[in-house]
Amino acid sequence: MRPYLAIFKARFRALLQYRAAAAAGLLTQVFWGFVRIMIFTAFYTSSTAPKPMALAELITYVWLTQAILRLLPWQLDGEIEQIIRDGNVAYELMRPVDVYGLWYARAFALRTAPVLLRSVPMLVPAYLLFGMGAPASPTTAVAFVLSVTAAAALSAALTTLLSVAMLVTISGRGLHTLTLSVVNLMSGAIVPLSLLPDWFQPTLEVLPFRGLLDTPIRIYLGHLPAEAIAGAIGHQLLWTILIAAAGRAVLRRALRNVVVHGG
Amino acid sequence: MAQIIVENLRKHFTVARRRRGTLGALVGVVRRDHKIVKALDGVSFSLEAGELVGYIGPNGAGKSTTVKVLSGILVPDEGRCEVSGRVPWRQRIEHVAHIGVVFGQRTQLWWDLPVVESFELLRDIYRVEPSDYRPRLEQLVAALDISTILDTPVRQLSLGQRMRCDVVAALLHAPGLLFLDEPTIGLDASAKLAVRKFIRELNEQRGTTVILTTHDMDDIEALCSRVVVIDRGKIFCDGDLEALRARVGVERRLTLELEHDAPLSIDGATVVSRNGGQVVLAFDPEQLSTAELIARVTEQHPVRDLLVEKSPIEEIVAKLYDDAQEDPA
Amino acid sequence: MSALEPLRLYGRYFATSIRSQLQYRASVVMLTIGHLLMTGVEFFGMWALFDRFGHLQQWRLAEVALLYGMANIAFAISEAVGRGFKAFGQMVRKGDFDRLLLRPRGTAFQVCAQHFELVRLGRLLQGLAVLGYAIVELGLLDAGSRLLLLLTAIIGGACVFTGLFILQATTAFWTVESLEIFATVTYGGVETTQYPMSIYRDGFRSVFTFVVPLVFVNYVPGLAILGRPQTIGPWWLAWISPLIGLAFLLLCLRLWRLGVRHYRSTGS
Repeated sequence: MRPYLAIFKARFRALLQYRAAAAAGLLTQVFWGFVRIMIFTAFYTSSTAPKPMALAELITYVWLTQAILRLLPWQLDGEIEQIIRDGNVAYELMRPVDVYGLWYARAFALRTAPVLLRSVPMLVPAYLLFGMGAPASPTTAVAFVLSVTAAAALSAALTTLLSVAMLVTISGRGLHTLTLSVVNLMSGAIVPLSLLPDWFQPTLEVLPFRGLLDTPIRIYLGHLPAEAIAGAIGHQLLWTILIAAAGRAVLRRALRNVVVHGG
Repeated sequence: MAQIIVENLRKHFTVARRRRGTLGALVGVVRRDHKIVKALDGVSFSLEAGELVGYIGPNGAGKSTTVKVLSGILVPDEGRCEVSGRVPWRQRIEHVAHIGVVFGQRTQLWWDLPVVESFELLRDIYRVEPSDYRPRLEQLVAALDISTILDTPVRQLSLGQRMRCDVVAALLHAPGLLFLDEPTIGLDASAKLAVRKFIRELNEQRGTTVILTTHDMDDIEALCSRVVVIDRGKIFCDGDLEALRARVGVERRLTLELEHDAPLSIDGATVVSRNGGQVVLAFDPEQLSTAELIARVTEQHPVRDLLVEKSPIEEIVAKLYDDAQEDPA
Repeated sequence: MSALEPLRLYGRYFATSIRSQLQYRASVVMLTIGHLLMTGVEFFGMWALFDRFGHLQQWRLAEVALLYGMANIAFAISEAVGRGFKAFGQMVRKGDFDRLLLRPRGTAFQVCAQHFELVRLGRLLQGLAVLGYAIVELGLLDAGSRLLLLLTAIIGGACVFTGLFILQATTAFWTVESLEIFATVTYGGVETTQYPMSIYRDGFRSVFTFVVPLVFVNYVPGLAILGRPQTIGPWWLAWISPLIGLAFLLLCLRLWRLGVRHYRSTGS
């Protein structure tokens, strides 16, 4: 456990060094929140079409998105990318820890540290001043925290898979960008998923990406009945396990090649 | 009239200090410490056209700050500086069109492109006429022996090849003044010799003024008639190599690996340390030549291996600094 | 030296930059497609909202798509041309800016010329596709003067966005921290201007009018192209968008010069 804890602390410390960036990041997120709320409000007030969720809920959705947006795998671990680019990955094998475990822990820290740092100063004013609602019930509040944790675990698995993919393809960055466009759309980061077309919903339901953002927020809003919450978090965890297993398999194969061909 | 005039140049920097640890990082969010560093503390010297000068000193002594001021990158706090009648920082563009700069640790070539394409881009950047460019390039390519690698992407070059290409790149516009910053760092022995030979010829045949900063005493000995030593922002010594030698002495060290662990005593050399069969002797080559010393040693004992070393620049400067402390003239 | 000489030099830089990127052809193709999709899903989001709600105030999808296309094309051009400024923080940190000061050319010119980012063609293609849809849907194909207006507005927009990248780069002379705040006016600027300004609150609209003049290079000419009444100012305002863009760009270059002066006196 110790090396993993050390990784987390280091990441957190690195983030704290950049105080102006942290403050600016917060402001940026608030700014985006307002833009998106104004756009959605304009749509809501100018149409009589049936709405899948009330405007107040939509506003809460937006602020929660802004608070935990950094969970999405927008950037990969720069140091690991560097190791792969320089072909120094063989040295990673010499460390007395499981390479996948180490990289996963780094990814988890990469995903959670900025969210921990920014979500509270983001959510407090959003709740007090900008019209964000409270969780539907104490149970959903607890379930929300669990589901956000699962989202971080899922995102870390995806991050690691994308990093590992760089070992086997020279277009790793292209692959990352392609994945990101899917992630942005299908997690609910661009438009809340329930506002996307109805024919799209079954696909969204099955794929892992809603687990990154939409699932925790739906839980917070009380859109999932109590008995469905466990299933939703289970969906997140199942995909986490699958993606982690894929990542581990690709890494094992890639490292075997490194050992056989001497890098 | 001197080509370079530097008078009483001063420059200070404010450096932020970071705190250690998680707690330190948290405190650092609120408050940061600053400290003032005097990089140049009244530096004066002048250079005639055609000189080849070694500018040496330990890390952080003010070497690169001086070079940055002379090359127009940095504006000093006070003092006067003119290069060929121009004030580098006021007339940056005219000034830099007449100087060349080579940084040993980084390249100015385009990483992913064949060497010759970088040269062509530089030709256009420096507005070199094609009629001047072609013969000049041919000459430089021949002198530095890079004709076979002109079409190789820079990222595939060895350090020595890259350095030779960088020297060519800095000379395409025929500057009258060349700054070389650690031009031989990391190079193997033959590449070092090739670069040194070229620099000497450039200086002797073209009359190009060269300012060389280096950590390698061999560079200085092979090239420079004059040496300027800087430490903590001040010039400590400015004169020919002999003058520098006279001031610090030029103790050399001979490390011996003896066949047998035996007592050793040689006239004109002192034992600095001994560890089993390994003995380090210090001697003054003016009094006792290296060859003579080795002859005396092998007379007494069978020698398995030996190594002669010069004092590194750090030691020379430390010695100078100690002398100055003892004798504040 | 002719006045065209810097342009020729830019051309040489441009060719050099393209050639060095094409060394990694597969990666460039993948990244371009990536950027195309990345921005494409944004438009999909907009389409989905129109699909569900029918219209936005008095605007139809094709009309908003016009604003969207203009904003994205202008931004894509700036991103490709101004890549050097966008990545400038790194350049200062690594000490590579010194090298530019050692060359007998303007610093802003060199930073701009050193890298033309090919993969931004992804956003450009996407913007062109959306704009093409809007032009066809709105029947603007043979509306000569309005197409000219469209072109000048895009030029003005590219000037404003490039100016913003220059400002962002300028801050790197003072702080090593990457200033995410600029994302609010660069990426935030595209996001905002791709919808009609009328949907935003007043305070917000004034930021994009008086602080960053994006309104003048997008919404104002957009209204004129769509034949809607001008709500911001006189009718001719729509025609001077390139001038406004150029003025903003020159102002940003002034500040850049201040930044370079600061760098040369602190060396950091």
